[in-house]
Amino acid sequence: MASFKGYKRKDGSTGVRNYIAVLPTVGCVNVAAQKIATQIDDAVPFLHHQGCTQLSPDIDIVERVLAGIAKNPNVKSVLLVSLGCESVTAEKVKKSISQHKDVDLVRFQELGGLKETVSKGVKKIKEMSKDAEEERTEAEVDDLVIGVKCGASDTTSGIASNPAIGKTVDNIIEMGGTVIFGETTEVLGAEHILTKRAVNENVKKKIYDKVDEMEERAADFGVDMRGGQPTEGNIKGGLTTIEDKSLGAIVKSGTKPINGVLEYGERPDKKGLYFMDSPGREMEFMTGVASAGSQIILFSTGIGAPQGFPISPVIKVTGNKHTYENLNEHMDVDVSNIIEGKETTGEAGKRVFEGLLEVASGKKVKAENVGYDDSGVNSDIYTRGPVI
Amino acid sequence: MSQKAHLINTRDNVAVAVEDIYPGEKIVVDKDRKIEIKIKDKIKYGHKFSLKDMSSGEPIIKYGEEIGEATKKIEKGEHVHVHNVESRRGRGDLK
Repeated sequence: MASFKGYKRKDGSTGVRNYIAVLPTVGCVNVAAQKIATQIDDAVPFLHHQGCTQLSPDIDIVERVLAGIAKNPNVKSVLLVSLGCESVTAEKVKKSISQHKDVDLVRFQELGGLKETVSKGVKKIKEMSKDAEEERTEAEVDDLVIGVKCGASDTTSGIASNPAIGKTVDNIIEMGGTVIFGETTEVLGAEHILTKRAVNENVKKKIYDKVDEMEERAADFGVDMRGGQPTEGNIKGGLTTIEDKSLGAIVKSGTKPINGVLEYGERPDKKGLYFMDSPGREMEFMTGVASAGSQIILFSTGIGAPQGFPISPVIKVTGNKHTYENLNEHMDVDVSNIIEGKETTGEAGKRVFEGLLEVASGKKVKAENVGYDDSGVNSDIYTRGPVI
Repeated sequence: MSQKAHLINTRDNVAVAVEDIYPGEKIVVDKDRKIEIKIKDKIKYGHKFSLKDMSSGEPIIKYGEEIGEATKKIEKGEHVHVHNVESRRGRGDLK
């Protein structure tokens, strides 16, 4: 049985990193959260631009995601930074977190501004984190929740990196772990194929419903998501039909049954493979799967997407040899051997899996090494309604 | 020697060119099963060619799944694309 060394949490989860999360409950106090985090080793701010002047369904999402990020196994303790007049109810978020983690709260307006908030925030973090686990101990693959994503794709993504990650996903599921994929727009045209893997009729219906809802939202803007797919550029590149394009993306979810459909940022209640209703844009997608508890994100890229994520390390896998060499500062795993016929997809997938266990045990990914995982730049919460 | 085409799934009836391939070239697609295809058209990088003779209406299989159906007879080694394949789900250059 493959294993790794991680940080055991009181709630039974296992972290692969050991962060103190500093969470602003509204974008207005991002600066305060950032300044607090820079004064403490291990502290990481999770910056975003939401939490106020939004309708209640969106505020619910923001509250769910703030709590989700706080509960991520990579987080040992949490400081919430509230402005005071925002729509998010900081106390409610704190209460939800407190069953899982040590959590405290500072209020910016009540404390009289930045200086006091930073000094009080730093003091609270120092008091809070004393009994957190600081040693890594043996953990099993079934403790892992892995997010899967592709971005800046090219022809090699559908041939090499997505199929390789699909094999890795199968490995993780076979060992009792959990994997979350999503990007609802990418399912379009292949939903009839994806739903064959749904564990039951309910899950099947939910996948169809989420695709329908996404298409309806686009239609409200006068855009037909299905028409014009694949694009002229896709056709020129060799993609023939919408199924051809979508299968190239969803192949990264492997071949195992889909246990359930998650709302954006929602934590799965069991192990196995899950589909999350989510956008494809990097910062919102990665926030969604991190909120669902992903300790690591596997990211397939062709042309080369550089971004990491502040809470969960992101492993960049590419099948494009030129990208691996040209953007070597940002690429973690080269699977171009598949295209050259020197390695099978299964062998490459196993290599990605082994690399993932090293990252789980503490090996830094490129984005962590070069500092491309800064919060605020690489994170945001996905909301849907009008901003008031 | 590096390969010129890649078979994604052993159930597939098309392979993807991983570099430009020219008519008359003989391409080994699957070393284990010794599938050798004589190419009939120019197949650009990323494009597909047929691994068998197909009749009109036959499903095109890639990733082990149906990506569309042949709209006419397709011979082994022929370019498989929008000119001879149609989706049952929609295609970008059709209104």
